[in-house]
Amino acid sequence: MATRTVTIASSVGLHARPAALFVEAASASGLDVEIAKPGEDPVDATSILGVMALGARHGEEVVLTADGDGADETLDSLVELLSRDLDAE
Amino acid sequence: MAESDTQPDTQPETRHGIGVSPGTAYGPVVQVAPPVRPPADEKAVDDEEAALADVRAAFESVAVSLEERATRVDDTAQQILKATALIARDKGLVKAAAKELAAGHGRAHSIENAVETYAAQFEALGGYFAERVADLRDVGSRAVAAVLGVPAPGVPPFSEPSVIVAEDLAPAETATLDRRLVVGIITEAGGRTSHTAILAAQMGIPAVVQLAGATEIAPGTPVALDGDTGEVTIAPDMELVTAQRERAARRAEALGRLSGPGRTSDGAEVALLANIGGVEDAVAAGAQDLEGVGLFRTEFVYLSAAKAPTVEEQTEIYRGVFAPFEGRRVVVRTLDAGADKPLKFADLGPEENPALGRRGLRLSAERPDLLDAQLEALAIAARETGADVRVMAPMVATAEEAAWFARRVRENGLPKAGVMIEVPGAALRAHHVLGEVDFGSLGTNDLAQYTMAADRMQGALSDLLDPWQPAVLDVVGLACDGAARVNRPIGVCGESAGDPLLALVLVGLGVSSLSMAPSKVPVVRLALSLHSVAECQAIAVAARSARTAVDALTAVREAARTELTDLL
Repeated sequence: MATRTVTIASSVGLHARPAALFVEAASASGLDVEIAKPGEDPVDATSILGVMALGARHGEEVVLTADGDGADETLDSLVELLSRDLDAE
Repeated sequence: MAESDTQPDTQPETRHGIGVSPGTAYGPVVQVAPPVRPPADEKAVDDEEAALADVRAAFESVAVSLEERATRVDDTAQQILKATALIARDKGLVKAAAKELAAGHGRAHSIENAVETYAAQFEALGGYFAERVADLRDVGSRAVAAVLGVPAPGVPPFSEPSVIVAEDLAPAETATLDRRLVVGIITEAGGRTSHTAILAAQMGIPAVVQLAGATEIAPGTPVALDGDTGEVTIAPDMELVTAQRERAARRAEALGRLSGPGRTSDGAEVALLANIGGVEDAVAAGAQDLEGVGLFRTEFVYLSAAKAPTVEEQTEIYRGVFAPFEGRRVVVRTLDAGADKPLKFADLGPEENPALGRRGLRLSAERPDLLDAQLEALAIAARETGADVRVMAPMVATAEEAAWFARRVRENGLPKAGVMIEVPGAALRAHHVLGEVDFGSLGTNDLAQYTMAADRMQGALSDLLDPWQPAVLDVVGLACDGAARVNRPIGVCGESAGDPLLALVLVGLGVSSLSMAPSKVPVVRLALSLHSVAECQAIAVAARSARTAVDALTAVREAARTELTDLL
């Protein structure tokens, strides 16, 4: 299982547009991707409601995990996505 | 217009909401159909499999119709509709609905319960997250309509240019409004950062939010609205409509000509600052043409928390607030809680008169640990973001309290300490109180409450709380005199600061910064630019010479330049 920790760069946290872009990318990978706050229960990264309900705010860390072929590449691209201020783009 | 003929008895009535999208509009009201609710007598399902398939199909049809609409709108609206469609397709929602079906609920109730599970989580998160609840409930209501086979909630068909009125507009509704037919938008709920506000501004549709009683206006009633001032007139006469329209056009032109720091016509600097209450406000205000924050209310950090927030948690939040203001000032008010807004972890018990009780700095004196944690977090965030952070205490009454607070602020490594001047006793002795600190900030709302002995929460006493009350202006004037004696800057962070005429009075009394709702900054900038300091002083004398609040306002209207008063 691949794991990454990343800090949310979006100035308004992981909601609305940033969350939608993240969920779309996670869904497009076709893998089982999960996202969690450190030490908390993970949620399905393809569920926009689950992702928004995490309430991950700007500057908070989240942990991504994925299984299967291409898990590392998928997580790298998701980390890259979350490291940008999606709302400012 | 035909509608006004059918309502001959309706007297013109003016109300005020919050203007969120500039311009004026006039037209008959179209009330948006409220959300569809599950029938009270809905039967439990017998075939759970089939019911789940129906629920799935209902959500899918909502997603499809949202995506279909997304193809017909501009980019911003498209993103919102697509994000809303993602919600309708969410596996979590179907799973939650399946659980409800298994628990014996009917189809529509299962959908609604599933939606409410998530809505409750978003509401608990607050801020931006809570504002997404409207999107979620919109999906739920549409799915309920679909599963019941009834028409979708939303805007009914109409063919005449109209003002759309709703409790709150869901993004799908706002985004797909026909710009040619929708001349204005009014909502009873919503906020400055709600979808309605953002989209209306982008679409150039004048809009007012938080108008009390909006949904009770009868369909077809003509209304006039001003999206700058938030003024809405029900059943106006045509003269008012024309005057409002012309004034708004002239105002937009005048405001558009100015930018940059606040200055009087003879070049005296008066900082124009924003009042904010959280990270989202900070992000929005940071993008605007203003000089910083004059009042950052920190209560939200504490009010919903079950236990005292840690230094780390607070630092995180403050970083988010300060980041948009690198190189600009941010004046932070330390925790202002009391018996009227008790904290779960620092409840000192009920009080007979919370407004006069252990609140503000008095609570900090009982619980210095809370204050120290806040100051430590503020100091860390200030260092990391490069914002010019200044900290002030609420509810200070004496010089000893001011000195105690200033010492704690400095011990925590923060360079500038100040106090709110909202207790008349502190205003009268401002030279001693402010002598202990670096600056003062007049909280005119509380100062009026304490000066006139009139509860701010008591609507029937609003005349006494009028910021034009000459006694309140006198107390402000005395505080400014005291500040001048010890050479300390003093600002205003109450609602008065956002009133262009009162702003002139305040500057005339000696105030050097004005902090207000960010939307008020342009008109205050204009007011200052048209008057010299000497003129402001003459205006202040006129106001203080008046016998009543009404006379004070009238005197200032007459003394101010017509280039300004013609636009108000």
